[in-house]
Amino acid sequence: MGRRGRLVLKIFAWAVCLAPLAALAWWIGRALWLHTDDLGANPISFITNHLGDWTFRLLLASLAMTPLRIVFGWGWPLLLRRLLGLFAFTYAVLHFSVWILVDHFFNWGQMAEDVVKRPYITVGMLALLTLIPLALTSTTGMIKRLGARRWTRLHRLVYLTGVLAALHFLWLAKVGRTDQYIYVAVLAALLGVRVVEWARRLVRRAGKIPPPRPATPP
Amino acid sequence: MLIRRTERFKASEITDEKLYLNRREFIAGGGAALALAACDVADGAAPPAGAPLKAARNDGVSVKEVPTKLESATTYNNFYEFGVNKDDPAREAHRLKTRPWTVAVEGLVHKPKTYDIDELIRAFPLEERVYVLRCVEAWSMVIPWIGFPLGAVLKQVEPTSQAKFVEFTTLLDPVQFPGQKPGFFGGGLEWPYVEGLRLDEALHPLTLLTVGMYGQVLPNQNGAPVRIVVPWKYGFKSAKSIVRIRLVSEQPKTAWEKAAPQEYGFYSNVNPTVSHPRWSQATERRIGEFRRRPTLMFNGYADQVASLYSGLDLKKHY
Ligand code: HEM
Repeated sequence: MGRRGRLVLKIFAWAVCLAPLAALAWWIGRALWLHTDDLGANPISFITNHLGDWTFRLLLASLAMTPLRIVFGWGWPLLLRRLLGLFAFTYAVLHFSVWILVDHFFNWGQMAEDVVKRPYITVGMLALLTLIPLALTSTTGMIKRLGARRWTRLHRLVYLTGVLAALHFLWLAKVGRTDQYIYVAVLAALLGVRVVEWARRLVRRAGKIPPPRPATPP
Repeated sequence: MLIRRTERFKASEITDEKLYLNRREFIAGGGAALALAACDVADGAAPPAGAPLKAARNDGVSVKEVPTKLESATTYNNFYEFGVNKDDPAREAHRLKTRPWTVAVEGLVHKPKTYDIDELIRAFPLEERVYVLRCVEAWSMVIPWIGFPLGAVLKQVEPTSQAKFVEFTTLLDPVQFPGQKPGFFGGGLEWPYVEGLRLDEALHPLTLLTVGMYGQVLPNQNGAPVRIVVPWKYGFKSAKSIVRIRLVSEQPKTAWEKAAPQEYGFYSNVNPTVSHPRWSQATERRIGEFRRRPTLMFNGYADQVASLYSGLDLKKHY
């Protein structure tokens, strides 16, 4: 892919990642100044859910880049992986901030109780925590400092993030709701591609190693 | 004429208390609503959504708070028969046909009776009661309901001495209630929706058989044509679009108990000290307000209802 192509790709990715925030800003603005009903009767819940949904979507998008390369052999998805991951982190921080600043309005006691007593909050919190080292080590400088090998190993943490996010969604979804299963199925597929690839490599490598010599009887 | 004139009021205006009262004066004096209901019986059609329904406010049992915006109360609903999302009921509500409609009051009673809905509406004097509706999802609304105590009907059918509980059943019809169609993943509620109360709870003067709100005939998404409202319990205890009220001797198995017994108990009294696995019940967000407010024991109705539960471990019987 040429420089032009890369630029177009990046601009497109930025636009997709920023659109949900722009939409949210638009709705909030209209609700505040024009008293429209864009955010519904329970705006805080609406905003929390919007940000949570997009955190998960972008997390899945960032997790989809490697499988696209594995399955189709494309190189360009890897150009977007970091961008998508960092935006997922940004949305997660905003999602969390709404919870602290708006939903509970610094009611630390109740928040602490929620983190301890509500499993879906506990795992959401853990999911966010796992994203912090990934975001901090996302710069090219940090990759060099850590060395590619250690960096890669550290960034496998994102699989755990995915699983924790899935648990968060499964546990918060009320009886009768179904869209959470779609997210979980996509996550399972994206992790599944990796498992298959990993197994294939293992088999290939095993094929190259000569079989162990038959044991000689004493 | 009357209907058309009132329909010109926008929802946002209705919530303005002054206008709201003006409107009530405007429709007062003629028994207009009842006359209207009578015409509707004649042509077998339901009164149009938003048709005025007149009732004097019972101040003694009403909270002194400004009602939630009507628009919020009719667009942010949990009514799974129409779908699980909060905006599904408003969108799908037109599917429900509220006439003809009958409510069978039966079971362990001496005089079982099937009421035609318009007969039921006229059987007892209507009153308006402003109650706080507290959802188990930790939000609440202030709603001026119109109805009469459920006890009035129950006394009319004369429960036998074996009757200990009252079971409410919602209409079962997947055509009118698309949410009752079997889902792709299954695992939803078991239909029809069944709720229940202990007989003394059902007879409590606060328990309202409800046919209207905000000076209007009850909108479909709020449980038309008839629902109950039990203000000291979480919202899902107040069954909507009721077709059968049955007096029974055993505690009924409710729809939510069957779906998730560890989350939704039979009593489901509003209780800030007993949390739901997913929501702390210590605080709630009043729709239209920014900050959470503390949740009150029995939703603020402790003085009236706490005695029903003396000796009952409310942590165990949540
Ligand atoms: C990577 C981290 C996270 C992801 C991917 C995530 C994702 C989600 C998703 C998909 C939803 C459901 C939105 C909907 O109903 O449509 C949600 C809701 C929610 N999340 Fe998160 N979340 C994360 C972290 C957190 C954290 C750290 C907290 C707070 C400590 C939190 C608190 C909540 C709350 C309170 C809700 C609303 C639940 C409800 O309405 O019942 N989340 N989140």
